[in-house]
Amino acid sequence: MKRTIFRNQLLPWLLLAPQLAITFIFFLWPAAQAIRQSFLRQDAFGISTQFVGLSNFKALWNSPEYLNSLQVTAVFAVLVTVLSMGFSLLLAVAVDRTIRSSSLYTTLLVWPYAVAPAVAGILWWFIFNPTIGIMPYVLDVVGYDWNHISSKTDALALVVIASAWKQISYNFLFFVAGLQSIPASLREAAAIDGAGPVRRFFDITLPLLSPTTFFLLVVNIVYAMFDTFAVIDATTEGGPAQATNILVYKVYFDGFVGQNMGSSAAQSVVLMGIVILLTVIQFRYVEKKVAY
Amino acid sequence: MNRLSAASAVALIASLSAAQAQTEIQWWHAMGGELGAKLEEITKGFNDAQDEYTVVPSYKGTYPETMTAAIAAFRAQQQPAIVQVFEVGTGTMMAAKGAIVPVHQLMGEQGASFDPASYLPAVVGYYTDTEGNMLSLPFNSSTPIVYYNKTMFEKAGLDPNTPPKTWAELEEFSAKIKESGAGSCGFTTQWISWIQTENLSAWHNQPIGTEQNGFGGTAARLSLNGPVQVKHWENLKRMADEGVFKYGGPVGGDNAAPMFYSQECAMYMASSASRAGVIANAKDFEVGYGMLPFYDDVEGAPQNSIIGGASLWVLSGRPDEEYAGVAKFFEYLSTPEVQADWASFSGYLPITQAAMDQMGSFYSENPGADTGIKQITLNEPTENSKGLRFGNYVQIRGIIDEEFEQLLSGSKDAQGALDSVVERGNALLEEFQAQNQ
Repeated sequence: MKRTIFRNQLLPWLLLAPQLAITFIFFLWPAAQAIRQSFLRQDAFGISTQFVGLSNFKALWNSPEYLNSLQVTAVFAVLVTVLSMGFSLLLAVAVDRTIRSSSLYTTLLVWPYAVAPAVAGILWWFIFNPTIGIMPYVLDVVGYDWNHISSKTDALALVVIASAWKQISYNFLFFVAGLQSIPASLREAAAIDGAGPVRRFFDITLPLLSPTTFFLLVVNIVYAMFDTFAVIDATTEGGPAQATNILVYKVYFDGFVGQNMGSSAAQSVVLMGIVILLTVIQFRYVEKKVAY
Repeated sequence: MNRLSAASAVALIASLSAAQAQTEIQWWHAMGGELGAKLEEITKGFNDAQDEYTVVPSYKGTYPETMTAAIAAFRAQQQPAIVQVFEVGTGTMMAAKGAIVPVHQLMGEQGASFDPASYLPAVVGYYTDTEGNMLSLPFNSSTPIVYYNKTMFEKAGLDPNTPPKTWAELEEFSAKIKESGAGSCGFTTQWISWIQTENLSAWHNQPIGTEQNGFGGTAARLSLNGPVQVKHWENLKRMADEGVFKYGGPVGGDNAAPMFYSQECAMYMASSASRAGVIANAKDFEVGYGMLPFYDDVEGAPQNSIIGGASLWVLSGRPDEEYAGVAKFFEYLSTPEVQADWASFSGYLPITQAAMDQMGSFYSENPGADTGIKQITLNEPTENSKGLRFGNYVQIRGIIDEEFEQLLSGSKDAQGALDSVVERGNALLEEFQAQNQ
């Protein structure tokens, strides 16, 4: 590694200052506020405040709604990640095999990424609206009575589809780039050895693609856990009966709608813990098994 | 040249001072669509009539959104002078003593003419403290009624001028509508919480909570898991399974209105204030109005329905001159002319006796428009039908929706769902009591 030596002690700090200021104002300070608030009990208007120790956290562990939210988040994150990564890998492989007009497909497939999550949510909400949507009409023909307003499975399916769809473009782009960096000679050699297309995909392409896959795994889990707020807010609002109430949405709902700042802050502290844990696990254990 | 610039400077100063003389008063409200347009028209009437104050109305979304926006703004010291808060937020607002300026105090301090006795008792009671002092100005009050599609009733061979009186009749009518092919669903509803739980309780003279439904203080706890409510939720679940009833979604039930407008459902239980919207959207059919149905085997039913809608709260911490303007604006809003205009346009109940008297001719010209007022004044209110006042009630309403959804999805029975409402709701009430000690 190349080391740069600064003669002036002040200059490196000066260069770092804008980034440090942003980190402090937008990350450290709010995090500290959340931790402080999580030990307090306050009325809605913030007029009377009491220190209550860990009771906000204790209340969470005794709350079936919170445990349910944890479970929903896990299921949701796994489904979104698997669905969007699986689908975009399929598309990427297909485009990689296309010789002509692959750039056209690539361009078209990237479009959904430009759609804001709230808009994506509304879009799918319209498509699946039980009264006016096209999909319930189609599903009715095959004998399925779609209703995400009262059915928990339908609601979860809706938010998973909307969130995964939104992320396909992003994954696709990285997979295409990853595929193109795999030397064609390797696959040709395998083909000469008599390996079929499926065998070649699993033995050559997939292992060599693992750095991209790992990177996308991290990005997608983080996306599913934190960036899908707008999709949920625009479609199911966490319902029905909390079936799509993921942790991030619950923090918002309890804090901003319910005005229960203490519990909401405690939840965001737990969320912070989960992120830290997830990052540590991923980088310490998963990364070692990836062939970079 | 010099003279010119001097003249323009004078003109500039003059225009600045004219602008400064106008005190701006922010009013956050939750009236969208046709109601929002009417509200702006009414505000414009005030702004045009005098040049000291300008009231600026801002639409902040649904009732819960408006209330939480105002609370968040208060915490950030950016609060509006006036905020419209729905009736279930009353408990929370009332407890926030340092954040609000009680209306009786404001009107007294500003020397405004204000007579609490001129307001209709069924409305006033909701917004007073235990000593009878009015804390917020009742602005728009409504009560749920039944809207029905006369055209579909005719098609199904029903009398288009007879709405169902009891739940048994409602079910019978719904069955006819489905059998005849006039529609695919009998009825839908807004607000599971407000209409099918709270009003159902009041309408059958059943308690919603202890301490006179919370009027007695923050020690109140929920008790809405009684036999009548359980039976009703059971029926709703059964009718939903049979396709007679269609659920319109949580909170206000956004999906209910389209089902009625598209003639999928023949009946629609909604706020009497939805009248303007219903008439505007009922393009291909005629609308009828009826009172809420009741169970005729429950003694004392029907009692009287309770109000919903909202009142205007004045938040503290604004400059003094704004409060003088707020008092003037409240005087204007309470005039019989404004009230009668607003009530006849929207279907909200007139809130003063004088406004009600002015509306006599309107009611005779528009049959059915007085369904709400008849229903709310049907009997002298009892402890169970005066209204309700609980803290954290916005969240408790959310719990009612969730547990109802649990019931619909089949993971709980009616008794279990309502027991959970009481248990989870009481945890929030205990929290509220602790927060406001």
